[in-house]
Amino acid sequence: MQEPVEVNYQELKHLVSERALQGDTVLLNMGPQHPSTHGVLRLLLELDGEVIINCIPDIGFLHTGIEKNMESKRWEMAEVMTDRTDYLNTTGNNLAYCLAIERLAELDVPPRAQAVRVILVELERISNHLVWLGTHALDLAAMSMFLYCFRERESILDIKEMCSGQRMMTTYFRPGGLWRDIPADFEIAVRRFIRMFPSRIKQYDALLKKNPIWLDRTRNIGKISAQDAINLSCTGPVLRGSGVAYDVRKAQPYSGYEQYDFVVPTGTHGDVYDRYLVRMEEMRQSLRIIQQALDKLPYGPFRSNNRKYVPPPRAELGTSMEAVIHHFKLWTEGFNIPKGAVYQPVESPKGELGYYLESNGGNKPYRVHMRTPSFVHLQALPFMCKGHLVADLVGIIGSIDIVLGDCDR
Amino acid sequence: MSEEHLKLTLKAIKERFGLKESQLMSFPPTLEAEPEKIVDICQALRDEFGFNFLCELTAVDYWPEEAPRFNVIYGFYSHENNVRMAVRVPLGGDQPTLPTVEGIYRGANWHERELWDMFGINITGHSDLRRIIMPHDWEGHPLRKDYPLGYEEPQFTFNYDEIDQRKHHARYEEA
Repeated sequence: MQEPVEVNYQELKHLVSERALQGDTVLLNMGPQHPSTHGVLRLLLELDGEVIINCIPDIGFLHTGIEKNMESKRWEMAEVMTDRTDYLNTTGNNLAYCLAIERLAELDVPPRAQAVRVILVELERISNHLVWLGTHALDLAAMSMFLYCFRERESILDIKEMCSGQRMMTTYFRPGGLWRDIPADFEIAVRRFIRMFPSRIKQYDALLKKNPIWLDRTRNIGKISAQDAINLSCTGPVLRGSGVAYDVRKAQPYSGYEQYDFVVPTGTHGDVYDRYLVRMEEMRQSLRIIQQALDKLPYGPFRSNNRKYVPPPRAELGTSMEAVIHHFKLWTEGFNIPKGAVYQPVESPKGELGYYLESNGGNKPYRVHMRTPSFVHLQALPFMCKGHLVADLVGIIGSIDIVLGDCDR
Repeated sequence: MSEEHLKLTLKAIKERFGLKESQLMSFPPTLEAEPEKIVDICQALRDEFGFNFLCELTAVDYWPEEAPRFNVIYGFYSHENNVRMAVRVPLGGDQPTLPTVEGIYRGANWHERELWDMFGINITGHSDLRRIIMPHDWEGHPLRKDYPLGYEEPQFTFNYDEIDQRKHHARYEEA
């Protein structure tokens, strides 16, 4: 076994200020087991008293080699691993991966599948924001929010379980459509949720929106200007909090988002409070999208009829020889995708999630790269937290909404 | 409007830097450039054509091919015109080197560190070229195709020798 080598301080010297070398400032290690870093994020802080002068993020503690692993799995098997990157946005990851494959293979998706995808992804967005809100408020000492948020999240997980049999790692979207049709009581469950949820958002607002402690801890904290945010490649609520109305769902619609009427909320100051407001409004907008998608949920097939990529329905197997052949081929060697490469962005709850897929014509991805919002946003963290207090740092980490599984992949 | 802008940009960049279109990428439209031109291309794209956003930066390894062994992909987005484009940079297998674009897009910093960490592509002029995801004392570059996908073998009584060959440190010792 290789002996561990200690970090030479010369390697890190350029990251801290001159004063640290003279012993004027303190270097403090935060994480990777600190509960407020939302996972295994390690930060090396240079402090002058309580003020942060430099922040050096150290990531990679949750690296599981997913990109490398996917290269050795067939297209449809590799999809299972996409769930495991951002575990709060599992269907969203599936969607990005499936859309990339569909674009690469020029595979059609029936309208019913598209509408169901939109409903589930928007539910997932609400569920992600609920976890974010709960943990973010918990970090800033609003303890009860956590319990309320997880209560509502539970009903979303129930809906996902109803569809796919899994609460979190669903892999319910497949290239060309869905794994199976939605169950009969899906619509009732979703309608019950969207009837119940607006009043719950009001409760959250009553608890936080004008709470003086909350305002003190979030206003003018972690500011980032629109110019800087764009230059640092920030997307999603972080960019929108700074006033840029960039949303992939609006800018480059996919999965039929162009049919739905919704607003992209933006902030003005780009601080923690504005990002909070943006996310709260996004939950309301998601409800609107779900309502519209449910109202005009089309009937019809739930997956494509292209037998080169999509398995035939069970009923056909008893009567059609061709169906048996397709079934056999798909479950033994998978499908081949023509040579090519594609970059497919979608709007995940955290920002732009992009899948770069490359195929060499075989039944395995030649290269998968995920442009994950957590990775990019963590890069902006040092710029946001300079000059703030250590106590504010946990608020800033919470406000950029990172998942380390998403960041390290 | 925006499609028009994209067409004009592609044409102008192609002519100015003498590039050709990449046939591989189906989306977004992609040009192929030499490594020494990439900084100028980024500068022109950001300042003259409004591509103010570097949306992705990654690489592909075509081992055992040697020339070019790597392709580095830069993805750009323009907030103003709402269009995407990409540039692919082929690199040889022998000490692949790229100049940094960190000075133009600050967000490229970590992506370039990832390129170094995962592919061993050396980025010249980078402000902080350390490993980012793997531990600092790691050997090798995991996303290269000649890097084996490590695995953990389940241990049974009959395969001690086999495991010992691959992993000496997991040697079974009789109590």
